[in-house]
Amino acid sequence: MYYGLSNFYQNHRRYVKSRDDSQLNGDNSSLLNPSKECEPYRTNEDKPIAPCGAIANSMFNDTLELYRIDNDTRTPITLIKKGIAWWTDKNVKFRNPTGDGNNLTALFQGTTKPVNWPKPVYMLDSELDNNGFINEDFIVWMRTAALPTFRKLYRLIERKNNLQPTLQAGKYSLEITYNYPVYSFDGRKRMILSTISWMGGKNPFLGIAYITVGSICFFLGVVLLIIHHKYGNRNTSADIPN
Amino acid sequence: VPWLSWCLASWLLRPQSNCIKTSKYNIVTFLPVNLFEQFQEVANTYFLFLLILQLIPQISSLSWFTTIVPLVLVLTITAVKDATDDYFRHKSDNQVNNRQSQVLISGALRQEQWMNVRVGDIIKLENNQFVAADLLLLSSSEPHGLCYIETAELDGETNMKVRQAIPVTSELGDTSKLALFDGEVICEPPNNKLDKFGGTLYWKENKYPLSNQNMLLRGCVLRNTEWCFGLVIFRPDQIQADEHRPIFGFLVCMGVILAIGNAIWEHEVGVCFQIYLPWDEGVHSAFFSGFLSFWSYIIILNTVVPISLYVSVEVIRLGHSYFINWDKKMYCAKRRTPAEARTTTLNEELGQVEYIFSDKTGTLTQNIMVFSKCSVNGHSYGDVQDVLGHKAELGERPEPVDFSFNPLADPRFQFWDPSLLEAVKLGDPHVHEFFRLLSLCHTVMSEEKSEGELFYKAQSPDEGALVTAARNFGFVFRSRTPKTITVHELGRAITYQLLAILDFNNIRKRMSVIGEVLGARLGPGIRLYCKGADTILLERLHPTNQDLTNVTTDHLNEYAGEGLRTLVLAYKDLEESYYEDWSERLHRASGAPEAREDRLARLYDEVEHDMMLLGATAIEDKLQQGVPETIAILTLANIKIWVLTGDKQETAVNIGYSCKMLTDDMTEVFVITGHTVLEVREELRKAREKMMDASRSMGNGFSYQEKLSSTKLTSVLEAIAGEYALVINGHSLAHALEADMEVEFLETACACKAVICCRVTPLQKAQVVELVKKYKKAVTLAIGDGANDVSMIKTAHIGVGISGQEGIQAVLASDYSFSQFKFLQRLLLVHGRWSYLRMCKFLCYFFYKNFAFTMVHFWFGFFCGFSAQTVYDQYFITLYNIVYTSLPVLAMGVFDQDVPEQRSMEYPKLYEPGQLNLLFNKREFFICIAQGIYTSVLMFFIPYGVFADATRDDGAQLADYQSFAVTVATSLVIVVSVQIGLDTGFWTAINHFFIWGSLAAYFAILFAMHSDGLFQMFPNQFRFVGNAQNTLAQPTVWLTIALTTVVCVMPVVAFRFLKLDLKPELSDTVRYTQLVRKKQKTQHRCMRRVGRVGSRRSGYAFSHQEGFGELIMSGKNMRLSSLALSGFAARPSASWIETLRKKKGGEGSTACSPSGAADKTLKV
Repeated sequence: MYYGLSNFYQNHRRYVKSRDDSQLNGDNSSLLNPSKECEPYRTNEDKPIAPCGAIANSMFNDTLELYRIDNDTRTPITLIKKGIAWWTDKNVKFRNPTGDGNNLTALFQGTTKPVNWPKPVYMLDSELDNNGFINEDFIVWMRTAALPTFRKLYRLIERKNNLQPTLQAGKYSLEITYNYPVYSFDGRKRMILSTISWMGGKNPFLGIAYITVGSICFFLGVVLLIIHHKYGNRNTSADIPN
Repeated sequence: VPWLSWCLASWLLRPQSNCIKTSKYNIVTFLPVNLFEQFQEVANTYFLFLLILQLIPQISSLSWFTTIVPLVLVLTITAVKDATDDYFRHKSDNQVNNRQSQVLISGALRQEQWMNVRVGDIIKLENNQFVAADLLLLSSSEPHGLCYIETAELDGETNMKVRQAIPVTSELGDTSKLALFDGEVICEPPNNKLDKFGGTLYWKENKYPLSNQNMLLRGCVLRNTEWCFGLVIFRPDQIQADEHRPIFGFLVCMGVILAIGNAIWEHEVGVCFQIYLPWDEGVHSAFFSGFLSFWSYIIILNTVVPISLYVSVEVIRLGHSYFINWDKKMYCAKRRTPAEARTTTLNEELGQVEYIFSDKTGTLTQNIMVFSKCSVNGHSYGDVQDVLGHKAELGERPEPVDFSFNPLADPRFQFWDPSLLEAVKLGDPHVHEFFRLLSLCHTVMSEEKSEGELFYKAQSPDEGALVTAARNFGFVFRSRTPKTITVHELGRAITYQLLAILDFNNIRKRMSVIGEVLGARLGPGIRLYCKGADTILLERLHPTNQDLTNVTTDHLNEYAGEGLRTLVLAYKDLEESYYEDWSERLHRASGAPEAREDRLARLYDEVEHDMMLLGATAIEDKLQQGVPETIAILTLANIKIWVLTGDKQETAVNIGYSCKMLTDDMTEVFVITGHTVLEVREELRKAREKMMDASRSMGNGFSYQEKLSSTKLTSVLEAIAGEYALVINGHSLAHALEADMEVEFLETACACKAVICCRVTPLQKAQVVELVKKYKKAVTLAIGDGANDVSMIKTAHIGVGISGQEGIQAVLASDYSFSQFKFLQRLLLVHGRWSYLRMCKFLCYFFYKNFAFTMVHFWFGFFCGFSAQTVYDQYFITLYNIVYTSLPVLAMGVFDQDVPEQRSMEYPKLYEPGQLNLLFNKREFFICIAQGIYTSVLMFFIPYGVFADATRDDGAQLADYQSFAVTVATSLVIVVSVQIGLDTGFWTAINHFFIWGSLAAYFAILFAMHSDGLFQMFPNQFRFVGNAQNTLAQPTVWLTIALTTVVCVMPVVAFRFLKLDLKPELSDTVRYTQLVRKKQKTQHRCMRRVGRVGSRRSGYAFSHQEGFGELIMSGKNMRLSSLALSGFAARPSASWIETLRKKKGGEGSTACSPSGAADKTLKV
């Protein structure tokens, strides 16, 4: 399950650089003194922002829930929120600040939440290994998109067994808690469901491109072969002027 | 102390050092001066400017190190190169400056280095020494302060010239007297006119005018004079310049487009997007944001012309220079001199040369005259014969003739035909008379240092060769006095009375002596011996000679066909009474106040009549090895060769024939010798008309008429049919080079296949080169060996010096030097051609790869709000040009070759693309750029298409910025590597190593940069942690890379295949033939030696001045010893020196009275 945004310039230069990887990696000094790159989301009311920068500040915070409607009963579909980020991001790139104990509230002491966020970073999730900077939703958001129209992995829906499709045909309902305004910049939100294979999700471009290029190559090959047979033998030493 | 106050008109305030300084730095000044110089180059300043831009945070789209790393690298490499260059310059300077000369200090001679010689010093020169600075001759070992110099280094003339000290100083023969010399010289500043000098010496309250006759110019060599003293006057300086110009228009264009895009985007979209991405502080309007983004894009797009381009070009040029230096085939074993590329910046221009300006003496010829053949009484001698008596081919010569019977023989003289010596030994009277003539009829001076050790001082090497030949065949010219000549004829000393010398001049083209055997009753009585040009002499023969004349004429034709210089010899017996009468009239004529010259000429004419033909001589002006072949091949390569020589016209034309520049197949050889502007203009006009007439009659008359009226003169002249040659004289050239006639002259000259300019001054040489440079926009090359060629060498785009000879000025001024003219062929056709080809391929590829690399940013700009976001990781941008793609293209630029060297010599036509600049012109440049842009489009849009909807195999999104960056970067590196593989025509191990190595390096560095370790250390610098392994593990990514590669390369392959099939280049054809030929046995392509039936050319190589005849007859230059020997009493005469001066002044006397009426007392 993906959410998609369009006309959202996550690849803008000023947007891309507006983060402090040192802070996100759990560096205590950067936590309290974020990089200048984060301006104007570096400090708020003289307190350093954690996580600082425009990327973090603009984190997508709608919640999506999927229900299967079966004879007027709504069965929630189990959405797995872990395993949506790269292993390296979760374990290497993003780390919570270190200190005594595991109390994130204490560790983030002295910082303030990003301006747009409703709650601070240490309250993103109840589970300790998915909270703070290592919250996977946050990590996914922080991996900025290359293009202004993009999708990001939101939740995983696991296949129960191999005989049945993951989502059987039927009625479903999607409940969205609308927190994230996109209207002002003419943005669009989407929810995408996709099945993945060894090549990832559905991606017709590659297939079409391969077929096209393959046929052009074949055609060219034939044409060149004909031309070579017809004119190639002109290429003899008799042509050399001296 | 000889104190001299020098006041050299206007420019000299302090004594000038004689030190040559071409080096720029010393250890202390190196760093600041070098950095200053480097930043004077536009490119370096540009990059410094970029660096400053990058330090402004609002603009910086790239980290500062993306520029500083290459910049520092460039500066360091350049500095190191400059330092080594300068080190070598120091070395060569020292070599020159440390030459020794003897300087008179405090009344004693001391050895001093050249550089320490100062204006005002008196220095002593010894025989065969180079004149270290411009000197005023004070005195010499020879009587009357005479001294002989050779000026070949200055004007290419090989004959010796006489210089004389002014009488007052010529007595200052020893150091004690010289030490007391104090005078003041006022003279004009140094100039380019070698034959003019004006100044005054003030000494002991007297004024003495100084002229060129008193000067020894720097670069001359003292000959046949034991020593002389000279006063240092001045030396000229040398300056060199360099230039550079890059192009940045494109960059600004792109920057502007993107900046406008940015302004619009910020105005339309960015304003609304401010809730998530507010504008920077200080940025209040979209317009200002656009302005900032312009500079940001300038930073990003600067990679189209990266710094590494300059470094790479330098490295390639350096590599090519080393190839030239290391070329064994351009190493002259005899002189132990390798070819040397003295500048590295011109290698590719060697592949584009259209005009070659060549000096003659020392460059085309060896400046050695050899008595090669002769015809005596209808019998030709001198052909090399093998045992069976057949004419032998060159290269398989038998032993030379053994002259051991003659103790006085010159051991260096070689002759290959034993039959001539046999004829001498058998006592053939004709042969005897032949050699007697050679031993008598000349103006050579002899010098016998010890018994049997003879040295000849010949005014022209031709004469020297003839007299030496006679000497070896047993007619040894031993000594002479003003009235006698002693000859050892086959061991018997015979003294001839020398009655008169009818000296050579340009109009007469002959010289005669009248002599008789002293007191001999048996001898031939009074006899006139004459030698001269065949055209003149054959008309003056006695009619009974008709048969012999016919045979001799055949021989002369044969000799001329071989490029030999011929002279006809004849004699005439004179009745004593007739002679008495004639000499009486001569005496009167020489004393006549007016029309003296005419009267003398008439008298000479009268006596040189009805002569008996003896035979003919053929002298070979030895060409350097392989000159005709080289010229033939260079002509085939469409290179025009102009010979600019200081020699006189006949010599130059002769050489033109012998080195096959001029041939008898030519339609016409125009000779321009006009003395006035009008004459020259008229002659040029006639030449042009003739050429046009011929082509008009050849072609369709009607269409030509039309063409003539519609187009300019130029185009008509370019359509000339037939081969023409132009020979122009120095004084005509002076008029032809005037502003209103130069175009006319140039057009005429360029329509001719060969151009020979004779008797030109060094300045004129430079002017001719300048003229061609100015109007023809062609690459010019000047080649020469002496100081007289320096100006020409410096003026031409490329200067080549012939090294390994005595003089080094030409080499010092040159860009390339080697020791044989024939190496020019290899330098141009092999090295030059390759250099050009390589440089073109290099530039094409370089621009292609950088456009492919950089233009992706442009396309990305449309998707990232024109925010100057880079597509790639900043490290990739830094390293792309200096690590990932630099070495393969360098390897191609250094090693590539399209056809092997033998083929480029075999098919000189292969040189033409360079001259027409077919391989890297605007069109080719745009094709490369277009290819680069095409690649960049695919490079961006294929990943874009794929990534728009793609997800990873674990479901996570694929289209994140970092994965996109890695994908594009990887496919770019792969595509560019495949492309270099296609471009490389000649694979060496190094090419393979570099290409595979670069790919390996890319992946190694990629994984290293994206590793955990580096990120842990600098989390803010290495943001791409884990990206490589995550992205490159995706099959989708690899499928994208493969697709991109195929689509990028496929059209290129198809296009090249088609071109090879349908419109192959000559080099492709040659390469193909080579493949075919490999299967067959290599054929031998022998250059057939075609015996050419040539027009006869004959003449002396005498200088245009008259010979020593007058000197000899006056006895001025006779040593006392030889005079005493002959017991000839010298009588006083009116100053001979006066006569000499007058002659130099223009009004000449031809010869002095045969009776030798007036001789000045000789000092005892």
